[in-house]
Amino acid sequence: MSHDDDDAEHHSEMSEMQLRVRALETVLTEKGYVDPAALDAMIEAYETQIGPHIGAAVVAKAWNDPAFKRALLADATKAVQSLGLINRVGDHLIAAENTPAVHNMIVCTLCSCYPWEVLGLPPVWYKSAPYRSRAVNDPRGVLADFGLTLPGDVQIRVWDSTAETRFMVLPMRPSGTEGWSDERLARLVTRDCMIGTGLPESPQELA
Amino acid sequence: MDGVHDMGGMHGFGKVVPEKDEPVFHAPWEGRCLALNRAMGAIGAWSIDEGRAGIETLPPDVYLASSYYGKWALRLQNMVIAHGLAGADEIASGHALRSGKVLKGKLQAADVSRTLTRGSYGRTPQSEARFKVGDRVGAKNIHPPTHTRLPRYARGHVGMIEAIRGCHVFPDSIAIGAGENPQWLYTVVFEGRELWGETCDPTLKVSIEAFEPYLEPVKGR
Repeated sequence: MSHDDDDAEHHSEMSEMQLRVRALETVLTEKGYVDPAALDAMIEAYETQIGPHIGAAVVAKAWNDPAFKRALLADATKAVQSLGLINRVGDHLIAAENTPAVHNMIVCTLCSCYPWEVLGLPPVWYKSAPYRSRAVNDPRGVLADFGLTLPGDVQIRVWDSTAETRFMVLPMRPSGTEGWSDERLARLVTRDCMIGTGLPESPQELA
Repeated sequence: MDGVHDMGGMHGFGKVVPEKDEPVFHAPWEGRCLALNRAMGAIGAWSIDEGRAGIETLPPDVYLASSYYGKWALRLQNMVIAHGLAGADEIASGHALRSGKVLKGKLQAADVSRTLTRGSYGRTPQSEARFKVGDRVGAKNIHPPTHTRLPRYARGHVGMIEAIRGCHVFPDSIAIGAGENPQWLYTVVFEGRELWGETCDPTLKVSIEAFEPYLEPVKGR
């Protein structure tokens, strides 16, 4: 199949889905089940309020504050709640700490469970068949797709999100950031490093 | 069910392709679709696990060929029809042809912030947990034709209880309308070689979140 055919197929899904979703919204609104203003508000929240900047603030705080880090690893829901960054954090959020010996990665092989409240909506690749299929048996191959190679003796720990527990990775603090403020550290914390498919930016990249 | 959604360990899907500066939604209909699904969930039209089952029961060719929000749109359509909330004729015509069922309220814009918090699925335990941290357990070799959260790649393999996560709504029950039937939930960690054989990277460990009915004791440590 040529690239053009691919595009044409993609566009036809787009227009078909656009029509289908519009019909569903109209019917469900006319039936009295949904209020379009509530849909607008929800979309706006996901586009403007909820995103990986929340998780980045959590990670930066953990890097600077050992007591907060202990609290985060003991009960991430309670610890993130205490920062007051979001209304209310869902139950059973779990933070997995990267160390020189262990690198953590998050996946949902069965659907696409993801810690929305701290990372926002998941990227397309996280929901895709290549990631969901390979993360559990070829995580180093997946990391290579992201341009990341870890030392061969580092243990790779993959967390499959098969229930209503949710995971985020607490990455290692980059060296050369001693004395940095939470705000400055947070700029090094990428979405992917909190999923485990990346590392934080190096301080040189930020400078 | 042993469907194409249960992808862990499958071959042939190719490389992971990250998109640089990916937008939250790639087209406005994706946002509408997400919000419609969430708004129906917020008024209790169906449970999260019924919703997941609604996606898993899409025909496999449709599942594999549809985008994420494309699957959500098809699920929403199937669910509203299955629950008698709208007719296929109405969705085809693009307008309501009959009055709606009475549901418990309607999600208002002012209440949207509440829906941004994930629902709570922990329940008060009615019995002691069967396993403790450090126990060796086997994931049962089960193949329910209905919704389950025990991935195929773990079935029949031996792992270790790493954490007890409390007592949670049991997806296998609620998805088929058999009530919440809360069960203990554990993090069970497996050696990569136990799951994938001797050619597997020896540094790999994989954990699943496993409900107690998925597990059986294994003798020895």
